[in-house]
Amino acid sequence: MARIDIRLGGSGGQGTITAAAILGYAAVYAGKKAVQTKSYGPEARGGAARGEVVISDEDINYVKVLKSDILVALTQEACDKFVVDAKEGSIVIVDDFLVKNKPQGNFKLYSLPIIKTAAEDVGKSMVANIVTLGVVNELANLIDYEKLEKGVLSKVPKGTEELNKKALQAGIELARKAKK
Amino acid sequence: MAKKVEFMMGNHAVAEGALYAGCRFFGGYPITPSTEVAERMAERLPQVGGRFIQMEDEIAAMASVIGASIGGVKALTATSGPGLSLKQENLGYAMLCEIPVVAVDVMRGGPSTGMPTGPSQSDIMCAKWGTHGDHPVIAVTPASVQEQFEETVRAFNLAEKYRCPVIVLTDAIIGQMMEQIEIPEPGELEVIERPKPTCKPEEYLPFDLDKDFVPLAAFGSGYRYHITGLHHNSDGFPTNDPVLHTKNTKRLIERINKNYDDIVKVEEFMIDDAEVLVFAIGVTARSAKHAVVEARNAGIKAGLIRPLTIWPFPEKHLDKILSKNKIKGIVVPEMNLGQMTLEVQRVARGRCEVEGLYSLMLDPILPAEILEKIRRFV
Repeated sequence: MARIDIRLGGSGGQGTITAAAILGYAAVYAGKKAVQTKSYGPEARGGAARGEVVISDEDINYVKVLKSDILVALTQEACDKFVVDAKEGSIVIVDDFLVKNKPQGNFKLYSLPIIKTAAEDVGKSMVANIVTLGVVNELANLIDYEKLEKGVLSKVPKGTEELNKKALQAGIELARKAKK
Repeated sequence: MAKKVEFMMGNHAVAEGALYAGCRFFGGYPITPSTEVAERMAERLPQVGGRFIQMEDEIAAMASVIGASIGGVKALTATSGPGLSLKQENLGYAMLCEIPVVAVDVMRGGPSTGMPTGPSQSDIMCAKWGTHGDHPVIAVTPASVQEQFEETVRAFNLAEKYRCPVIVLTDAIIGQMMEQIEIPEPGELEVIERPKPTCKPEEYLPFDLDKDFVPLAAFGSGYRYHITGLHHNSDGFPTNDPVLHTKNTKRLIERINKNYDDIVKVEEFMIDDAEVLVFAIGVTARSAKHAVVEARNAGIKAGLIRPLTIWPFPEKHLDKILSKNKIKGIVVPEMNLGQMTLEVQRVARGRCEVEGLYSLMLDPILPAEILEKIRRFV
């Protein structure tokens, strides 16, 4: 697997940086190389926040995301800001409710009810980032499910394991339906 | 046996490397983007019988690690640009008094309070010339989380071996990012322990000006001596003698210079047939390597020189390549306005063109930007 550049965009507090870190951890646990970077500044205070992770079987030189192979946008602002850096033919995933103006371009768009699924099906909107991980991994086939689940469970707060497991499963289901 | 692989933050890897090297004291003052080094040490040191102290400011923090080291304990401090400025007086003291300590500088945009969260490489010259007077400096420059660990171990080894402060010069991207790291087993990496004096205490000359090195006796170990930031004689007492001032200053500098081969570490990537070189450190070197690979894919003979020791400056390495290869040009990308470029030009002595690529944009320089500069030389 050559490098895959993944950008998870949302607003500060949605857990995109945490999700990027968990994905990187799970990838390393699965024997791959991974680099996760974050950006500070006004973006960390409610604006368009982003978690970035590069995953590869080979050595990763440039540490940040160049053009995204996978972009997730959980807000309109994040979508507008980051979609210009989506690679041709790449995967773009947006939240169906919060991203009203669907992006157009030469990429594969998945508009999915990520936050709604987290809030209603799983029961807590704060696990939207874990639902996102399920979606991303299922659509891009990055890491063995077992390793991803283990990665998630070892990084979430004690006592929330079942909730996060459910969130991951819900994400996978969303992606499976979208693939059909 | 499969190695223990972890996904770790760069600043945490510095702390783990320090512990591996036997560091048992941390004195610091928190500052973005270095604070995670202190946090990790605060958590880990008590577990291994060490001591952590948060001092009232960076000046005192530097003083505390000097004190710990004279007490016989390997000591670490960590900071960023504003703190590095404040530590300079005591860094100079450690240089003249030959006290092994390690200081980490996680570079952010300066000068002054500058850009607290903005990555930078603008303390390269501050690490070398921040303290006044003629003096030697050793500074190492890691470029991955693995190297944050390994180069910190090496920094402690160099500090102990050459009885001097060593700076780990890293940046806010390498320090703050997370990456895989194989934690070395105990014994896998060399760890140099401080030698103890073998002479009788009454014969001990802590700063013997006729010798390159004398083991540093720990205070409280029975060896009583005077220590001062004034220029001093072999016994440590102040002197105004210009001959001794000259002798000691040259001695301190020369003993680093003549051990260049042991101290200076450089990664040379694809340089055998290279016609264009990129000279870069830290996070910028990772962009540069990406660019060099792309250049090679496009049929351009590019190579990378990546110093893991920036001070002393890797001039022998560069000189050797320039006298062997027919180099058309050297690109020097750096996240400042041209601090290393001047050094590269000095060593190149007009043998080829040297062109800097500077950025204060607080993000890594893009491989495409470096590639564009490489293309100009072919």
